[in-house]
Amino acid sequence: MYVAVKGGERAIENAHAWLAEERRGDTDIAELSIAQIREQLSLAVNRVMAEGSLFDPDLAALAIKQARGDLIEAIFLIRAYRTTLPRFGTSTPVDTGAMACDRRISATFKDLPGGQVLGPTFDYTHRLLDFKLAADGEVPEAPARDAVPGDVPHVTDFLNREGLIEEAPHDDTPPPDLTREPLEMPADRALRLQALTRADEGFTLGLAYSTQRGYARNHAFVGELRIGSVPVEMEIPELGFAIEVGEVVLTECETVNQFKGSKTEPPQFTRGYGLVFGQTERKAISMALVDRALRWEELGEDNVGAPAQDAEFVLYHADNIQATGFLEHIKLPHYVDFQSELELVRKLRREAGADQVQEAAE
Amino acid sequence: MSLLAKAPEGRVAALLDAAMTRPGFTWLRAPETGSTMVRARAGGTGAPFNLGEMTVTRCALTLETGEVGHAYIQGRRKDDAEVAALVDALMQTNAADLLRPKLLAPLQDELATAKSDRAAKAAATKVDFFTMVRGED
Repeated sequence: MYVAVKGGERAIENAHAWLAEERRGDTDIAELSIAQIREQLSLAVNRVMAEGSLFDPDLAALAIKQARGDLIEAIFLIRAYRTTLPRFGTSTPVDTGAMACDRRISATFKDLPGGQVLGPTFDYTHRLLDFKLAADGEVPEAPARDAVPGDVPHVTDFLNREGLIEEAPHDDTPPPDLTREPLEMPADRALRLQALTRADEGFTLGLAYSTQRGYARNHAFVGELRIGSVPVEMEIPELGFAIEVGEVVLTECETVNQFKGSKTEPPQFTRGYGLVFGQTERKAISMALVDRALRWEELGEDNVGAPAQDAEFVLYHADNIQATGFLEHIKLPHYVDFQSELELVRKLRREAGADQVQEAAE
Repeated sequence: MSLLAKAPEGRVAALLDAAMTRPGFTWLRAPETGSTMVRARAGGTGAPFNLGEMTVTRCALTLETGEVGHAYIQGRRKDDAEVAALVDALMQTNAADLLRPKLLAPLQDELATAKSDRAAKAAATKVDFFTMVRGED
């Protein structure tokens, strides 16, 4: 028998009203503006854009405010909003070689064209709490130095010239899109990269760390890490040519990995690739390591059964919105489901004579 | 059009209104916000993949004199899209001679300055390696 139950509307309304009040907090404290979140919590904004898979700093800042700083909830809001937008088209692939770099470092070459540019990094800070920030947020302007104009070539280009690293040959196959077709296995590299760039940072970091600790070790060097803005060009059907519609900030990580060579390939370095919206370098490095681990099959390596090599495991569990949706739904009412379980356990206990044992004990 | 798409919020409107009064127009497509899927290439140069979307606002209009203007600009900025389409249409009229120095040139300068300010801060964080000289001679 199915019994429809209704109720709780007032409780829900009141819970939402209290949520709004708690979100605001003590009204004697100034309210946060969207611009303050966008400018002063920009790395949180970047994470929400990357995993929400929508580049719009103001929207991400609004989502963070609405979610009371719960970034996964904010990502959920962005993903939901994204589905309401009509898709005008696709960009031509961005040229990360033409990036206006805020930061560009290589762990493999000390002296390289364009140099080691540290940018606004936490590296080399002492990780000591700065109590000055609690008192006064004013900072002196950062020093500037005349920039030498010129290309900042990718590090892999130098290795390519000697044939020491696998090439990433130019290709124009239209990529699959997991926002339009459900993610299915086997997933080619284009699909894996799309899934990884919007994957949960913590999950991706954990998997990448597991490869460093020996589960499908591939000994990665950060060949290059760069952060900066690139123009986005899009073909406009009304005009019949492509124009720049804006700019996005990206973090790109290219790893250089050991490779013994195979029957068809001479010994050479192989590559892992990470590219993520915003200044998100922990995620980009993690993505590159996991991308490389997932390439075992095409590179003719052994499957050692490591989690990071299992595309199905990685890709089906990397999306924090899918994960949290399924995880959190179990707290919603399951009264009828549970009632049937309860009946079943009682019946089984009767059959097993558990009732009699209890009576005897009494 | 790229210049108009990348200008900060409200900037094109301020420059246009300072240069001239806006002409009348009719909408071909009223401003609407949507998205563009941004693509990138594996390894920077290889096969393309879908990186994620960005918000874009577009519109199209016709001036009373018949010129058609289009705009596709980043973000959810309907007023900016309207002004960008107006300027796109006006650049096909005699007003182009006025707008080039009064609107496009200052926009270009401002964007170039913003870029070079950032590049200069990045350059200040460039590492100068030096070799420690050992005390033996």
